[in-house]
This record gives sequence, C-alpha cells and structure tokens, in this order.
Amino acid sequence: MKRNAILIVIMLALVVYALYSNQGAEFGGADSQAKAVIAELSPGYEPWFESIWEPPSGEVESLLFALQAALGTGFICYYIGYCIGRNKGRAQS
Amino acid sequence: MSFGMHIMEGFLPLPWAVVWFAVMLPFIYLSIKKARRLVEQNPKALLLLAFAGAFTFVLSALKLPSVTGSCSHPTGVALGAILFGPVVMALIGLIVLLFQALLLAHGGLTTLGANVVSMAIIGPFVTYGVYALLKRTKLPHWVAVLCGAALGSLATYFATALQLALAYPGGPDGFYGSLVKFTAIFAVTQLPIAVIEGILTVLVVDLLYAYNRQEVESLRNLSIGGEQA
Repeated sequence: MKRNAILIVIMLALVVYALYSNQGAEFGGADSQAKAVIAELSPGYEPWFESIWEPPSGEVESLLFALQAALGTGFICYYIGYCIGRNKGRAQS
Repeated sequence: MSFGMHIMEGFLPLPWAVVWFAVMLPFIYLSIKKARRLVEQNPKALLLLAFAGAFTFVLSALKLPSVTGSCSHPTGVALGAILFGPVVMALIGLIVLLFQALLLAHGGLTTLGANVVSMAIIGPFVTYGVYALLKRTKLPHWVAVLCGAALGSLATYFATALQLALAYPGGPDGFYGSLVKFTAIFAVTQLPIAVIEGILTVLVVDLLYAYNRQEVESLRNLSIGGEQA
C-alpha cells in the first residue's frame, strides 16, 4: 500500500509538472498538431469524409466524456463492491 | 479545436483506410471467437471482460496534459491484455473507438481500422509481450505490469505516427522526415501519459488481486495458459 501511495504521488507530480512547466501553452489535442503537419507535408489535402455527428459545443462534448468516465467507473466500483460482498458472505457461512 | 489523439476522420487517404481495415478484420474475428469461448467455458469471465472494457472506457476519457504543452490520453487496453492475453482487446478496443467516433467526433469511421490496429492490436500485443517477458525474471509482479502497460501505451502512439508517416511521406525528407515529425507529436506527448497509464494499471490490478485473486488467476489460466502450452 505504501508503494501505491508513492505511485499515486508520482502520477500527480507528472500532471502538475506538465501544467507548471508549460504555463501559457494551449494544451490542445495531439491530433490538432498532426493536422498542421499534414497540411505542411501534403498541402491541399482535403479530408474526404466528415464526422457524422459532432457534439454541438465544448460543453456537450465534456458532458459525453464525463458520462463515459462515469459509466466506466460505475461498473468498476460495482464489480469491486460485488466481490467484497461475496467474500464477506463466504467468510460468514 | 479538437482534443483527440487518434487519427482524425477523413485524414487517411482511402487506400490506407482500406489497408488498415483489412489488417484489423482477422483480429476482430479471432477476438470474437476467443471472447465467446472464454464466456462459454466460464460464464464469470463475462463480468471480468466487462471490467476490462470499463477500464478502457474510463482511461480513454482522461485527457491529460503532457510536458509538451498538449494533451493526450491513456489507452486503458493493458489491463485486459494482461488478464486475458492480447487478442481479446481487439474487440473491446473496437467498441470503445466506435463509441468515440460516433458520439464524440474523436477518431473516425474511415480511420477506425487504423486506430483499432494501433490501440487495440499493437498496444495490447506489446503490453502482453513485455509483461510475459518480465514476469519470467525475478522482478516483482507489479513492475512487469507497469512496464507492460507503459510500453504498450507508447507503442500505440508510435504506431499512429507510423501510420500517418506511411500515408504522408511527401515532405522534403521523405518518409523518415514525416515519421520523425509525427513521432514528435504523438509519442513524445505520450511519454509521461504512458507512465501514468502504467501506474493506473498497477493500481487496478492490485485492486482485482486484493478482492478476487482466485477467480482472476483461474481465468488467466483458462485464457492464456492454453495458448502458451
């Protein structure tokens, strides 16, 4: 458990360092940068297919991402809770 | 502005889109076969498969800032690869990438093949290879999990850079020039994210082992033991 505490601190430190050492950076997605490189390597390339549906705004997009994380976390916690309950039941009987 | 890190919709020329779909299909077939067999042999496997899928779901929603001043997210495919072997993750990765392509305009349908190959095939195979190799050494189990997950995550993004360089070799320095450029964007950003992914995978494997060691190990034998023999 001590090991995990250290690992969690390392994880937080990596994120904080990234934010601290790049103050003023945009923190956009890596794919936006890739688009720029594609435009440079292959000027005039037009994407030949558009996304079928795009979230209408950043707010709606963050809603969907939050839902995605919530659904996943919900199931993970359900499963762990289920195991804990089952182990307890077994210990009692 | 988009915040994705998979190959964007429409950004792979048609021939390459077709190539990666063709590479993906046999793995998806094997993946479905394997998942079905696992659940037939042990119905409890379904819950753990869903658990691995849920982990992928959560991690690919976490867009983290990186030292390069841009964002990327972990792939989350390492847990399933370690528990069940790499083949099963092709199917799970496909489901997650489809969700993101349809609802989040993240990645895309035309680039789905390429993204599945990098995230749900190459990543899990590298993870599993590194993990299996280190497990044979005297290193503690968690170190094998950490290195497997971190290197698999890096491999995914190196594969993405490779796929883009193959599609866009047209710069003054040719294919290698493109490869260096795309690698700089994807793989370097991914470096600290890969470490985070390794750590998160260690934490979740720990959790599973703490509460359900027996079942996890018997499923692993069912899933992986047969393949190695």
